[in-house]
Amino acid sequence: MTVPSPQADQAGRPPLLDIRDLRTHFDTPDGTVRSVDGVSYRLEARETLGIVGESGCGKSVTALSVLRLLPTPPARFAGGEIRFQGTDLLGLSEREMRRIRGNRISMIFQEPMTSLNPVLTVGRQIAEAVTLHQKIGRRQAWQRAVEMLRLVQIADPERRAGEYPHQMSGGMRQRVMIALALACHPDLLIADEPTTALDVTIQAQILELLRDLQAKLGMGIVMITHDLGVVAECCDRVVVMYAGRKVEEASVADLFERPLHPYTRALMASMPSLQGRGGRLAEIPGMVPAPQELGTGCAFAPRCPLATERCRRETPDFTGAATGHGVACFEAAPARHQPVVLHRHAGARP
Amino acid sequence: MTMTSPAPASAAPAATERHARRSARRRRWMRKHPPLILGAVLLVLVAGLSLAAPWIATHDPQALDPLARLAPPSAAHPFGTDALGRDLFSRVMWGGRASLVVGLTVAVLATSAGVLLGLAAGFVRRADGLVMRLMDGLMAIPDILLAIALMAVTRASLTTVIVAITVPQVPRVVRLVRSLALSLREQQYVEAARALGTRLPVILWRHVLPNMVTPLVVQATFIAATAMLTEALLSFLGVGLPPQIPSWGTMMADGRNFVAVAFHAVLFPGLFLAATVLSVNLVGDGLRDALDPRLSRQL
Amino acid sequence: MRHLLNRVAATLPVMAVVAVLVFLLIHLSPGDPAALIAGDTASADDIARLHAALGLDRPLWSQFLLWAGRLAQGDLGTSIFTHVPVSRLLAQRVEPTLSIALLTMTLAVAASIPLGVLAAHMAGRWVDRLVMLFAVLAFSVPVFLVGYLLIYGFAITLGWLPVQGYVPLSKGVGPWLSHLILPCVNLSLVYTALLTRMTRATVLDVLHEDHIRTARAKGLGVVAVLGHALRCAAIPIVTTIGVGIAFLIGGVVVTETVFAIPGIGRLVIDSVQRHDYPVIQSVLLLSAGLYVLVNLLIDLSYRLFDPRIRA
Repeated sequence: MTVPSPQADQAGRPPLLDIRDLRTHFDTPDGTVRSVDGVSYRLEARETLGIVGESGCGKSVTALSVLRLLPTPPARFAGGEIRFQGTDLLGLSEREMRRIRGNRISMIFQEPMTSLNPVLTVGRQIAEAVTLHQKIGRRQAWQRAVEMLRLVQIADPERRAGEYPHQMSGGMRQRVMIALALACHPDLLIADEPTTALDVTIQAQILELLRDLQAKLGMGIVMITHDLGVVAECCDRVVVMYAGRKVEEASVADLFERPLHPYTRALMASMPSLQGRGGRLAEIPGMVPAPQELGTGCAFAPRCPLATERCRRETPDFTGAATGHGVACFEAAPARHQPVVLHRHAGARP
Repeated sequence: MTMTSPAPASAAPAATERHARRSARRRRWMRKHPPLILGAVLLVLVAGLSLAAPWIATHDPQALDPLARLAPPSAAHPFGTDALGRDLFSRVMWGGRASLVVGLTVAVLATSAGVLLGLAAGFVRRADGLVMRLMDGLMAIPDILLAIALMAVTRASLTTVIVAITVPQVPRVVRLVRSLALSLREQQYVEAARALGTRLPVILWRHVLPNMVTPLVVQATFIAATAMLTEALLSFLGVGLPPQIPSWGTMMADGRNFVAVAFHAVLFPGLFLAATVLSVNLVGDGLRDALDPRLSRQL
Repeated sequence: MRHLLNRVAATLPVMAVVAVLVFLLIHLSPGDPAALIAGDTASADDIARLHAALGLDRPLWSQFLLWAGRLAQGDLGTSIFTHVPVSRLLAQRVEPTLSIALLTMTLAVAASIPLGVLAAHMAGRWVDRLVMLFAVLAFSVPVFLVGYLLIYGFAITLGWLPVQGYVPLSKGVGPWLSHLILPCVNLSLVYTALLTRMTRATVLDVLHEDHIRTARAKGLGVVAVLGHALRCAAIPIVTTIGVGIAFLIGGVVVTETVFAIPGIGRLVIDSVQRHDYPVIQSVLLLSAGLYVLVNLLIDLSYRLFDPRIRA
């Protein structure tokens, strides 16, 4: 496994988020499940990093590991570091970690319908986070909550703040979640499938809102999704994950233009918006293996059209990180590249 | 968490391996439910002692010994004697029968009556209102008061005690059965059977009852535990079994006026009763958790 | 308002059914009620006179209407044994019973909610196992046995508290309370076990909900998160408090016997032995009424706990 050497930007500051060789394992009665098994990525301030993969690939577990929200046990950090502005989060006490959650790192979740407390007003839920992290009175915290609701473009925020989640639509609840997450102006926002549960039209609105807010507030965003369309819409760089490992990392333009890993190419081929009209969608045969079933060799080999004997025997290292476009595959020669129609989307990038 | 995905069907393992895996799973299941095992062992032990009472008992449980009244535990009388000089060890061994008979009978009677009434409420529209109002009324009267009142208007005997304990338990079963019936009624296989013109009793017997067995067994276990406690309570209050039937409850009632001088006369029957009720409760909890964890909120 | 009226109206049929049941209890039981009431020593003449005096020669429905009509006017009848109006008998006995019930309930709620939340938080660990073991033991050991153990330990052996009896509140809070501690601790055990189990189960369910993860993600500590969870679990817990009222009323009978407290529970037992049916009937009616009333109030309180019910 190649771990990128720690680098500081021009000003000598450490990166916003620097995950190095993270291993998050789960101890179950059926054995150890290596949900995240040696993942590294880095995020600079104001940058948006997409984490892509099918469900079960470990992308959510990575995110929950950053906030240390996984129950331990069964979860266990078997190795690696999570450096946030230079501090290793895995070394912090629970009390120190609580001062970071919701304050300097926030998270929004997939299910807006169930992610808010049904018996508290939304204003109170936001104000609670504010009073927790800032020395500010109840009334001012409520004012902040109303401001935040206005910021996420909820109409009539004074009235809405006094309402309960069940009085709101899914899209509006996700706006409330965003308001809650950003109430203390965090440096890092982790968005775990923020649009998956929403209607398509609402999805676009929420993504645009996130982009606007990033421009205004300047936080870095980790955008976890299984939808390459979301990546194309709002990310700068992308990490592709498969079965607990990073299999490819590149800038968005690079990835869409020159996907190296067969899995990435298969993901793209299965995406409706990247296909020509009327074209048949390719599906990836087989399923993501259950993490406890992984043996030796590349985890994707059983489903890979290019797999060789070597792929089944050895696990490929992640190479080419220095060039900005790395991949973990023995067969990832650009010559094998099958053309994917991309220009429309490449053009859609801001 | 997004970590589980169904495992792809791999090649069938060898039969022996499958067998080994299954017995390993069984062993793990046993280890996961220690209360169930503990409760079952304890219950078998108590039931065994009660059945073996004629051979274990050292004395005639009714034989009086005016010279050895309220004697503390000794070699001759391991549990001491009561106020009439009867050997408590022998009485305690015999006394389990009454408790077990009451527990078992009440559980069976209350469950059967509850199933009949509950099915009527759940499937016969006209019966529903009447049955449920009746049950609401019964539930409003605290169990023990209702049992006491029933005992007040009858002559004390094993039968009347059983009836008096059963009646307050019936509404719980009715409510459970009715709520299960209402959800089962909407199941497609029940609707299909109805559409085919299957007669109601056949539907109930073939499609509805089998799906209620698990919660009913668990419920019946808890009723048995409650019934044994209530029998002891009624006897203790002087409105339970007649004194000539040796039960743990009547023994404690006999001993209650001598607590200060002969605590053993209350303690030993009480411990045996507690152990028996505990074993039944453990079996009930264990069955519920093992068979259907979702029940834990209802029962 | 309409909701309130509907709820209140819904309790009327329940109380009507209770009244019918309580009436029939005496009149449908095997044997002549007059013979039951007169007792074993009565002569045939006595029974015949009583039969006529009680109006037992009239049709059943007319007897019921007469009885229910007097009930509706607040007339609970007259004790056959003491010839005192039942309402006065009950009034003399209500203070100890009410004291026990209220103190027990306070104790049980104060103990069970923290215990249940703790057990849910520690689910599967030894603290949880210990709490659950306590609960199953409390359900299994007869109340009166624990009562005698408490008396034996704290009153006889240690001498810290009085053995038995009751001192009215008017004689001072100290003596009153000291006589109540053991009976109330005794009686609260079962109630505590019931509430603890329910609290644990519901809080544990809520802790698995998504919004708890949100609460943790915004930096709330364990106590605040558990507070959130408890708020969401309030309705099943409060419902169990109401259902437990029946346990409490029934338990009072036993505790008053163990601790020789002259309350309503003791009165019931004495009345059973004296065949004093009007007293038994009245206590049944009143306890059912109390149960229905408390559960009505709890039903109405749901809207305080869950905004979704207000809509």
